[in-house]
Amino acid sequence: MATQIQAEHELHRRRLSRNVGLGIVLILFVGLVYGLTIAKVGTDPLDDLGIPGTEAGQ
Amino acid sequence: MTDTSVFETEKEAGFGDYFALLKPRVMSLVVFTALVGLIVAPVPVHPMVALAAILFIALGGGASGALNMWWDADIDRLMRRTQKRPIPAGKVAEGEAFSIGIALSFLAVLMLFLAGGLVAAALLAFTIFFYVVIYTMWLKRSTPQNIVIGGAAGAFPPMIGWAVATGGVSVESVLMFALTFAWTPPHFWALALFVKNDYANAHVPMLTVTHGRDATRKHILGYTLALAVVALALGLTSIGGPTYMAVAVVLNLLFIRGAIGILRRDDTASYADNHLAERKFFKLSLAYLFLHFGALLVEATLGAYGLGGW
Repeated sequence: MATQIQAEHELHRRRLSRNVGLGIVLILFVGLVYGLTIAKVGTDPLDDLGIPGTEAGQ
Repeated sequence: MTDTSVFETEKEAGFGDYFALLKPRVMSLVVFTALVGLIVAPVPVHPMVALAAILFIALGGGASGALNMWWDADIDRLMRRTQKRPIPAGKVAEGEAFSIGIALSFLAVLMLFLAGGLVAAALLAFTIFFYVVIYTMWLKRSTPQNIVIGGAAGAFPPMIGWAVATGGVSVESVLMFALTFAWTPPHFWALALFVKNDYANAHVPMLTVTHGRDATRKHILGYTLALAVVALALGLTSIGGPTYMAVAVVLNLLFIRGAIGILRRDDTASYADNHLAERKFFKLSLAYLFLHFGALLVEATLGAYGLGGW
């Protein structure tokens, strides 16, 4: 009796879970680093960026 | 395709298998205690920085878990409790676990340096080194005090959280470390008294096997008393207060009572009621740590309204 070939093997599902999982992790990582950058360089009122007119207190 | 390759692809890892390498259950304790350390610190932290720092501390903890599974793969195959881990189950190769562990360790330390500064990053690096090299590779298989040593690695996260906020180390952060450190031995040894484990098959020296169950009961009481001193001392620092102190006094009295109850029993009594006292003590130990750190959080929250602290 011929074995029926399955288009969707369980293996494909596991590979898909790996690819999707890694993709989501990478997107979250990029978002996290972006957010961290904004928090680190964008919110300190005492930051002096060296640009005229941006010194603290102005 | 040969039969062999079909068999091997059956064991190919899914995303969850890689996630399991990072010991998610241990990570939850790391996240909670690190978060408390960060929040109770006297220096406010930007929420985004706090989120990133906690995630990288958790990632560092997870990476050390992967390196632990890489090194311990040989004994994990021998014990029932660990046979389903990704490496013994054949889902992840040993070399793969090693690469993931090393890569994530460096990534976590570097990113924590950027998010939380040098002291926090150095503490995380030391935690990973301590857990992987000192505990896993060196002492776990050579001394029955392995639980004590391993507990130190699990106790660092609140110190790291504190360092993210303050950039340093202080009495408060050292006492938060000491709380988890002294809590770990009674917690695990109580478990060892009622769970049938096969550490002996894997030649891992556990106190219950090397020194016997009576010696283990004495050790539990000893560490429980030391723990009470640490817990109450923490209440007298700047992050303590009446709420924490009330929680600490009640929990430590209950914990000491439980430890004395265990000491007074012998194996006959213990087996007669299926280790009821040991099981109760273990359950209490879970609540103990959670409620102590929870009470510190309450103090910090009340402090924001001028109500917390002494």
